[in-house]
Amino acid sequence: MARRLPRKDVVIIGLGWTGSILANELTDAGLDVVAIERGPWRDTATDFPISYAQDELRYHLQHELFLRPSQTSVTFRNNGSQTALPVRTWGAFMLGNGVGGAGIHWNGQTWRFLPTDFTLRSHLTQRYGTNFLPADMTIQDWGVTFDDLEPHYDKFEYLCGTSGQAGNINGTIQDGGNPFEGPRSRPYPTPPLKQGYGHMLFAQAAKELGYKPFPLPAGNLSQSYTNPLGVTLGQCTYCGFCEWFGCANYAKASPQTTILPVLLRKPNFEGRTGCEVTRINLDNTGKRATGVTYVDDSGEEFEQPADLVLLCAFSLFNVQLLLLSGIGTPYDPQSGQGQIGRNFTHQTMSGALGFFDKDKYNFNPFVASGAIGMIIDEFNGDNFDHGPLGFVGGGYIGEMQTNGRPIETTAVPPDTPAWGPKWKQALRDNYLSTINAGGVHASFYSYRDNYLSLDPTYKDRFGRPLMRITLDFHDNEIKMSAWLTNKYAEIVQRMGAKQVVNQYRKPPYDVTEYQTSHLNGGAIMGDNPRNSALNRYLQSWDVPNLFVMGASAFPQNAGYNPTGTVGALAYWSAAAIRSQYLKNPGPLVHA
Amino acid sequence: MNRRQLLGSSAVWLLLSSSAVRAAIIKGGIPWKPGAGDPPNAVTPGGWKYFTPQEAATVEAFAERLIPADDLSPSGKDCGCAIFIDRQLAGPYGRFEGYYMSGPFQKGTKQQGLQSPVTPAQQYRKALAALDKACRDKFADRSFADLSDDQKDEVIKGLEDGSFELGGTDSKDFFKLVLTDTQNGFLADPIYGGNKDMASWKMIGFPGAHYDYRDWIDKHNQRIPLPPVGINNHPNWSQ
Amino acid sequence: MPEGLSYLPRLTRALLVGAALSLPVAVSFPALAAGIDKQDFRQIERGHYLTIVGDCAACHTLPGSGHDLAGGRAIETPFGELVSPNITPDPVTGVGAWTDDEFVDALTKGTGRDGTHLYPAMPYTYYTKVTRDDALAIRAYLNTIPAVHNEVNSDQLPFPLDVRMSMTAWDEMFFKPGTFEPDKSKSAEWNRGAYLTEGLGHCGLCHTPKNILGGDKTHKQMQGYNLQGWFAPNITNDPRRGLGSWSIEDIATYLKTGHNKTSAATGLMAETLNLSTSKMSDDDLTAIATYLKDQPGDPSNQPNQTQTDSAAPDQAIMKAGAQIYADECSGCHIGNGKGIPGLFPSLNGTPVVQQSDPTTPLHVVLRGALSVGTKPAPTAAAMPAFAWVLNDDQVAAVVTYIRNAWGNSAPAVSSSDVGKARQQLSERSD
Repeated sequence: MARRLPRKDVVIIGLGWTGSILANELTDAGLDVVAIERGPWRDTATDFPISYAQDELRYHLQHELFLRPSQTSVTFRNNGSQTALPVRTWGAFMLGNGVGGAGIHWNGQTWRFLPTDFTLRSHLTQRYGTNFLPADMTIQDWGVTFDDLEPHYDKFEYLCGTSGQAGNINGTIQDGGNPFEGPRSRPYPTPPLKQGYGHMLFAQAAKELGYKPFPLPAGNLSQSYTNPLGVTLGQCTYCGFCEWFGCANYAKASPQTTILPVLLRKPNFEGRTGCEVTRINLDNTGKRATGVTYVDDSGEEFEQPADLVLLCAFSLFNVQLLLLSGIGTPYDPQSGQGQIGRNFTHQTMSGALGFFDKDKYNFNPFVASGAIGMIIDEFNGDNFDHGPLGFVGGGYIGEMQTNGRPIETTAVPPDTPAWGPKWKQALRDNYLSTINAGGVHASFYSYRDNYLSLDPTYKDRFGRPLMRITLDFHDNEIKMSAWLTNKYAEIVQRMGAKQVVNQYRKPPYDVTEYQTSHLNGGAIMGDNPRNSALNRYLQSWDVPNLFVMGASAFPQNAGYNPTGTVGALAYWSAAAIRSQYLKNPGPLVHA
Repeated sequence: MNRRQLLGSSAVWLLLSSSAVRAAIIKGGIPWKPGAGDPPNAVTPGGWKYFTPQEAATVEAFAERLIPADDLSPSGKDCGCAIFIDRQLAGPYGRFEGYYMSGPFQKGTKQQGLQSPVTPAQQYRKALAALDKACRDKFADRSFADLSDDQKDEVIKGLEDGSFELGGTDSKDFFKLVLTDTQNGFLADPIYGGNKDMASWKMIGFPGAHYDYRDWIDKHNQRIPLPPVGINNHPNWSQ
Repeated sequence: MPEGLSYLPRLTRALLVGAALSLPVAVSFPALAAGIDKQDFRQIERGHYLTIVGDCAACHTLPGSGHDLAGGRAIETPFGELVSPNITPDPVTGVGAWTDDEFVDALTKGTGRDGTHLYPAMPYTYYTKVTRDDALAIRAYLNTIPAVHNEVNSDQLPFPLDVRMSMTAWDEMFFKPGTFEPDKSKSAEWNRGAYLTEGLGHCGLCHTPKNILGGDKTHKQMQGYNLQGWFAPNITNDPRRGLGSWSIEDIATYLKTGHNKTSAATGLMAETLNLSTSKMSDDDLTAIATYLKDQPGDPSNQPNQTQTDSAAPDQAIMKAGAQIYADECSGCHIGNGKGIPGLFPSLNGTPVVQQSDPTTPLHVVLRGALSVGTKPAPTAAAMPAFAWVLNDDQVAAVVTYIRNAWGNSAPAVSSSDVGKARQQLSERSD
């Protein structure tokens, strides 16, 4: 029997990026907020200090900062004809856990989507005609525009102290930045990171080929910075133990380094860790959330009543909770009915290995940061003419090698024996002179048969069905990816590589191969309840006192990392809650 | 309470009084305790925690051939790769701790990944026994460790391409497992028992656990002359 | 909650300051000289502010109890543990039944009811400077807080220290009673700072070294004291070990926010920041800073001169220390020791690493430290604990290094110093 707790104004499920942003915004509005987080508290000095943060085995290979699949996992199959099986250890994506969520161990790559990304279906059909898109591609417009989100992108970037070079300020293209980006209102808060030899060599080669390279916008800061909340971050030391690791220098933007020092001191905020929300409770109309039920580490059940419920648990778990709580209609790929679970997407990653003459090139790959890199954006989104190419979508291309951690950086030329003296020799000869970091980060559009649903067989430790992923690549993405890979390889060749080995993305989608943790969709936003789960403010069409944050809202994925857009949407939604919802609780959009 | 508690700006109380409960309330400030942290447990040399002496000899011999001694580095055996594997198998990795190990276990596609309940510790035990038997059968009752270097290489190649069969165990899978674990032991921080004296890092030119490269990021295409250090291995600290 | 005196009407503040200038003791309103007016909210609010300055809560409030000033908090002294009494107005277990004179005597003379002696853990040796009017204002405020029934047995020390009569002899030797006498040759601001520092602020309780009987070494006022696992540093204007390199503004900013461009408060001072100084007025903090900057400390110490009691450190140790520093410390504190303002304290030229007693850097290196977070400076960065990765030799080397690099100068630290510190810290739970 769940023990009923005193009512709070707001209950937030998950204390990662969006949970922290929303908690801070709503406590500022005077509300009494509690955040329920299933993982532990984490912080720099106690969990990833400079004396042992740099442990590749522990944090990269053995996933210590991530969710343990034994706590909960997901199941996977490529298509409906297969039986989905559990992901018993992470591969294709790394799921977060704990206070700070993925903010602790992300790369820090902080992008804005393109203006056309938000009106994708309208834009593409206008330019290329409806028949250009595959029949089973289910991309749609978001219901918000880039201009709607611009002030909120700005707010997130200034929260983090993002290090970058602006490319377009109020319509004026800036030298050295991304000439394709949507217009921003002001420069980045700190200058771009310094770049390594390999990154700069790529930029040089790209320039020679007529492209306009620019530094990757980074949530690892080029210099110390104090954000508008008064929290100070440190300076990146290019340690090369960034993504999948915590930062020991307070130099990587995370909830801990940007928001929590302020949030935790507020008397109207409380966080509870080690507590997993099992259900969002509804009243008997099914149209109003009354709060959540959660279980703490000892197995005791609690009910936390609240007037406003914010679901901030990461895309996969957001959708799972919606389904388990009976909110909305589960998506049925056969009929196409139901909004919860559809338009699930990932990211299309590929690249090339570049082997260089060891006597002429020394890249010092271990001097790097999570979001270091020199990038070109000529082939992202619809920045280029797809007409003759027969695919849609695109991505950014660049030399963004983030580390030289030895177990991960053992690329040797093909046909090198896997062991023995020749293997050692090849390892030694290529370690310092290889570009070994993918190179293409491309879009993943949505399809009728890529979706989330509850698994019929496999359960979590509470006996609840796991989230089931049905996902595969479609020809469009494979074709796009190959084309982009060739473009990247061309530049690597131009850099002076003695051997370039293309690493195309090959179907079927493989849940054992890491392809970023950018899982999106399943509870998408849109302009009416027949094509989305959420309205433009991330408010549930079905349950107006429930808002669902995160990339589950993306109708399809663009050719960029999602965190910048996730942060912007969180601020956009928070602004709507503060200025509209709190004054008049109820649906903010009538459609 | 018998000490004047530091109030600081933090307050963290346990939600329940039962032991081993992580659940906590965070209110009023950043949770912090003096001396808090979870440093890695350094492997202490000496003895085997998982392997029998026979198994250890086999794995050492294996590591010695996968990573032979030459002027680039000592052998995988002398670098402690078998010690590394032994300690890993005796620990959480060996029992797939943290993995989702609920059934039913069914065979899936390659894309669906690991679907076997057999842990690494179990795999090694079974496969090493099968390897021992297979070697004795083929090589006049000599175990793997007693073979000549050429014979050992022949066996390893046979495992790699599947031609050297092990009863009840997939040769290729076992080869991949030992290769991965040996190479990990070779390249990981020496605190875990392998990569003795940071031999692999010296070989490739990786400075190890250094954390501050601000003075080096602009030094393009230059060798960085920092001798490697490990998390708990700093020869440069000796007076 | 009042933010210091700044909330008071201007005229009132001017009167207070003016009063300090012109009259030796008249930091009060004529109307109040007679006693407590229960309806005078200004007196109550002033009293509230003064309890913040005096940091009564640090001893008299049990953290987490939800009962302000109800006592019951254990206080560590070199002689054993005391438990703070209940000073809420409860008539039975608190001070509700005390007369105003009894209250003022307790505060300023160290006498309890019925003539019993208080232990100088209650800093009456400092509070003796408090004017009667201020003491009455404190009483007026205390009369308004919730009365909490909490029976506290304050007699916790071992024999013979539990014999309070023994305090008579101690007072004879070490207690100089008397209200604050302003120095007419100094400014009003200086005098206000002196009044606060020497009186309610009782800074010397932690910062002045003590003799074996626990009395202040008055000739070494505020030159540092080892207590509870820390060394409260020298806060005179000593150029190397004191506040000589800090401006008045640096001191005031530190006291207000817990951080300034070179330093961060942690440990015991973090509590003082949180409960007391961060809530004081800017004027009062500037006054304290003004006063402290005028305390010369050890007159033999000149800037840039090596301390006479320390030999140049062993070069091999400095070399090892430099290596350890480069690998474990420079990521945050930077190669030149200057850290990042507001985030990582500077070690270069800062007093906290150059105290004659190395306990504080040893404590911080071994156990880590959380810096204080306040509204203007919320970041509260923490230093990790290094006890697990550095042995005694290595701690000694790196702490000797930071005490002597970049123009710093302080006595070297030995391995046995470290071993002792490790042992002592392991016995502490805070």
